[in-house]
This record gives sequence, structure tokens and C-alpha cells, in this order.
Amino acid sequence: MTRNLLVGLLALAFLIAVPPFLKSYGIYLFSYWLVFVIATMGLNLTVGYAGQKSLGHAAFFGIGAYTVAIVMKAGLSFWLGLPLAMLGCFAIGLALGFPALRVQTIYLAFATLGFNTAVWLVMRNEEWLTGGTFGINNIARPSLFGFSLDGNLAYYYFVLGTTLLLAALLWGLLRSPWGKAFTALRDNPIRAESLGVHIQAYTLLSFAIGAVYAGIAGALFASLVQFIEPAPFTVAASIMMYLMVVVGGPGYFFGPLLGSAVGVLLPEWLRFAQAWYLFVFGAAVIVLMLWLPDGLLSIPDRLRARRHAREAAAARAAAAAKVGAQA
Amino acid sequence: MADFLQLLVSGLATGSIYALAGLGFTLLWQASGTINFAQGEFVMLPAFMMLAFAALKLPLLLSFALTCVVAVLVLGWAFKRGIADPLLRFGMMPIVVATIGLAIALRNGVRAGYSAEAHPFPSLFADKLFDIAGVTVTLADIGTLAFALVLVLGTQAFLAKTVTGRAMQAVAQNTDSATVLGIDVPRMVFYTFAINALLACAAALLVTPTYLAKFDMGESLGTKAFFAAIIGGFNNSRGALLGGLIVGVCENLAAAYISPTYKDAVALVIFMAVILFKPQGLLGKRVERKV
Repeated sequence: MTRNLLVGLLALAFLIAVPPFLKSYGIYLFSYWLVFVIATMGLNLTVGYAGQKSLGHAAFFGIGAYTVAIVMKAGLSFWLGLPLAMLGCFAIGLALGFPALRVQTIYLAFATLGFNTAVWLVMRNEEWLTGGTFGINNIARPSLFGFSLDGNLAYYYFVLGTTLLLAALLWGLLRSPWGKAFTALRDNPIRAESLGVHIQAYTLLSFAIGAVYAGIAGALFASLVQFIEPAPFTVAASIMMYLMVVVGGPGYFFGPLLGSAVGVLLPEWLRFAQAWYLFVFGAAVIVLMLWLPDGLLSIPDRLRARRHAREAAAARAAAAAKVGAQA
Repeated sequence: MADFLQLLVSGLATGSIYALAGLGFTLLWQASGTINFAQGEFVMLPAFMMLAFAALKLPLLLSFALTCVVAVLVLGWAFKRGIADPLLRFGMMPIVVATIGLAIALRNGVRAGYSAEAHPFPSLFADKLFDIAGVTVTLADIGTLAFALVLVLGTQAFLAKTVTGRAMQAVAQNTDSATVLGIDVPRMVFYTFAINALLACAAALLVTPTYLAKFDMGESLGTKAFFAAIIGGFNNSRGALLGGLIVGVCENLAAAYISPTYKDAVALVIFMAVILFKPQGLLGKRVERKV
């Protein structure tokens, strides 16, 4: 518990202190990373805590981004677009939860994947609304209480603040009875149901809340890159987000932080491998899964298990020695 | 009407290829619970292997045979030993992510190591047109459909009629009972992986002349194969055939009569309808929920 807090504070200090020393591309990458942290925090709730399978998260990311972009193109404020994006994602997320009441596991994964394809097709084909493959450009950055967030660093701190706020909300949610209900849903739905957890409602909610996080991330993404087109919201992007959650450690609070680093920063860092960098990335993911099937954050658990095993072995050896001495 | 029949035939041909890839996917899932997100790449890789053998001036059928051998070793044995075996006991998530990683690695490995261009691929069938009662069909369409049907039905017959095939089905239905009955479970699971690799090679041979050999050709093919498998019924190997044909035909018809821009949504719409009304698939059996 206190260690979690310590890790959180250390990470925060790092996130506050480092970016001012970076060039603008570095700041951009950090903001990009945090946007994905927000999105995958939502997915971690759906996948890691509530145990649902979702391969359509990028669709909500896209819905959030397009909502804000369209609202701002119409001359309205970012601060109107953001709640609209959240509301839209909540409603659509709730609707997407309905197949989850009928089907589970792989079927659900493909139902959400299909939903993502549908959303992507709409983004690509409905030019009157989304600009089609040309996308929407010149998306402005918002201002907050009169402060302009146009600068890269200012916008980065805005994204960081939002991330912290959303992380705190998620933390509170997971500590509440709702959080317990979500994990019960994951670990044993039938038992949860027999204990009086309304599993239908929680299944729908896990999708809807996860979707809201993606929607917020999408809204921030639109203002960060200032130009959106359908490409970042494909099924491949959803699969990538799923990968980030699983690699980081599904059901671990800090999983998305590490997972998004693997998904966003690792490919950048691998650019020295030039044409081969995605090949190396894919291979790294395989190796990582083979080594740590429960994600990066299972390392401490694993070390602890090893220490316990060692202590138990030592205790056994001591006991055996004692018995031997008596005999 | 003639147009319609023409579209129907070419749709069946495409659909039978989806069925080949989908069938392998279903078999893997049944026998071992492996969900292979690299299924499309398992078709792409043999296509490039055949090109590589063809570059050595080997005839097409000989390169196909050699590719089959390599594929059974690499996409069957090595894939099972290297990725599926160590990860299966950790549930679905790790194996899904590892095969996603594999798909990324294979796709970009071919792109970086071979070429990012689309390469023409020799067709198995001569470029010939038939005119049957006013309907023009190509030999390639008919041949693809026939070849794929023979393979799918052959696999069916193998599973249903031979001792090995029945043992494989037993493993798929209940691994523990199969072990008790003295069936060599790991061997049967390996056979499934090998059959999946062979079906992928056949799909590559049939699909590449029209799709061209390109590093990302597996992406859409893999998704269609999944949809086909689920529409037909994931726990029934005949399902993949039915699902594949339905998807292929509907796609072709929708592209012609509704809108080509939403062609990719067709598989999706059928899939959603199936999921909502008959989640176990058209031919699938219902699975009870267990505590």
C-alpha cells in the first residue's frame, strides 16, 4: 500500500521534472504517452479488472477525438466538446456492453473488433462529417482559466494534470464497492451473481466507464496532434491498446503506465533498428509474454513468491536438521 | 441475372479461401484453445516462401510442396513448441498478445527483409473463360472453389473417418478423457498445428494470384477468416466452410449492389446478427456455463 504510493510519487516526480529538459519532440512523445496511459487505464478497467474482452477501444478513442474536432470546427469550445465526447462514449460504451451479456471470451473480442471496424468505416466514408481520409486539420488547443495551452510544455502539463485526476478517480472507484464488484465479475461471475452482484449492470458499466476514459484520451489526442484522420483509430490500434494493457500487467493499477511506455516509447527507441524496428518490437513482445505472461508488473509478485519459496525451503532444511540432531 | 450468378461464383471462390484459413483457426481453438491472431500472416508467409522457391526456378507445384514441408516445421512445430505450449496454461490473454506480437514481427520482418512491394504470383490455373448459359466464369474461380472444397471436405473426412482423426476430435472434446483412453494428446495437438499450417499453405496458393504477395495481405484475410469461423460456429469444423462461403458471397453482392466502400462491413453485419441471435454460430452447439 505505502509502496504503491511511493512508486506513484516517484513516477510523478519524474513526469514533472524531466520534460522541461526535453526538445519539443520529446515533450510531444511524453504527452502522446500520457494520452495512451489515460486510454489504457480505461481498457485496464474493462479488461484487467472486470475481465471482459475488448478489442474495440480505439473506436472510443476515435469517437472522442472526432467529437472534439467537429465541435471545435463548428466554432464551439473544447470545453463543450469534451463533455460531449464523454457522454457519447458513455452511451455507446453502454450499448457495446450488450453483446457482452450474450457472449464471452473470443466471441466478445470479435464483436468489439467488429464494432471498431464499423466506426472506422464511418470515419473514412462519411466525408461530410469527418472529412474522410483527408481528416480534420487545424484543431486548436484549448485554454484553461484564461491560460493558453498552445505551448507544447503547457499542454503537456495539462495532459499530466488530467491523467492524475483520472487516475485518482479510478483509484477511488477501484477501492469502492464498485471496484470489488468488477473484480468479482472477472474472477467468478456466477458466484458474484449468487452473492447479489448485479452482473449485467456491472458488465455494461465496465464497458461504459472504460469508454469514457478512451473518449477523454481521444479528445486530448485531437488537440495534441491537431490533425486527425481515420488511421490512428483502426482495429490495429485497438489491438495495440489491448497489447499495452496485457504487457503492462492487466489488473495492476500501474500496468497502463508501463504498458503504454512499451507500446508508445519502445518503438521510438527502437528506431535505431531502422526498417527492422517493428520486427524487433513484435519479437520483443513475444519474448516478454514468454518470460512474464502476467505482464511487467508481475515481477514484484514473482520475486516475492521466490523469496517465500526460499524461506520455506530454508525453514524445512532447518527443521530437518533439528530432527536429524535429535535422532 | 447473369451478373448475379457471376458475382455468386466469384464470391464462392473467395469465400472458400476464407473457409480454408477459418478452418485452421477453428481446429487450433478446438484442439488446444490457441487463438491465433497471426492466422493471416500464416497465409502471407507461405506465399513469400513459394515466391522464394520460384525464384530458384522451381516449378510452382514443387515449390508448393517444399513450402508445405517448411510450413509444417515452422508454422506448425516451432509455433507450437515456442509460443503455444509455454503460454496456454496462463489463459487466453498472453497467447493472444504473443500471437499479435508474432503477426507484427512477421509482417514487418517480410517488409524489411524482403520487400514492401506487392509481387505478382503465378496462378495455378490457366487464364481461361467459360461461358455457361450466358454466365461467364473464369477457370480460376471454378478451380479455386473446387480445390478448396476438396481440401475442406478432405479434412472433414480425415477427422471423422480415420482413427487418428477421431483421436484428434476426442482431444478437442475432452483432453482429460482422451488422456485416460491412452491417446497421445501432445501428438494429436501437433497434428492439428500441422494441418493448420498445410491449410494456410493451400490458402496462400489459391489467394495470392488475385491478392498479390504483399507483407500486409494477411491483415484483412485473417479478420475475414475469424468472422467466417465464428459465423459458422466456432466449435464445429463444418461451420468454417459455411461461414466462409456466406461471407465471400455476401461481400461480393454487397460491393456490387449496395456500396463498395462498405464492403468490409458486410462480414461484420452478418457476424453481429449471428452473435446476437445464435451466439454459438450457425452450426455450433451451445456450451453450458459452468461454475
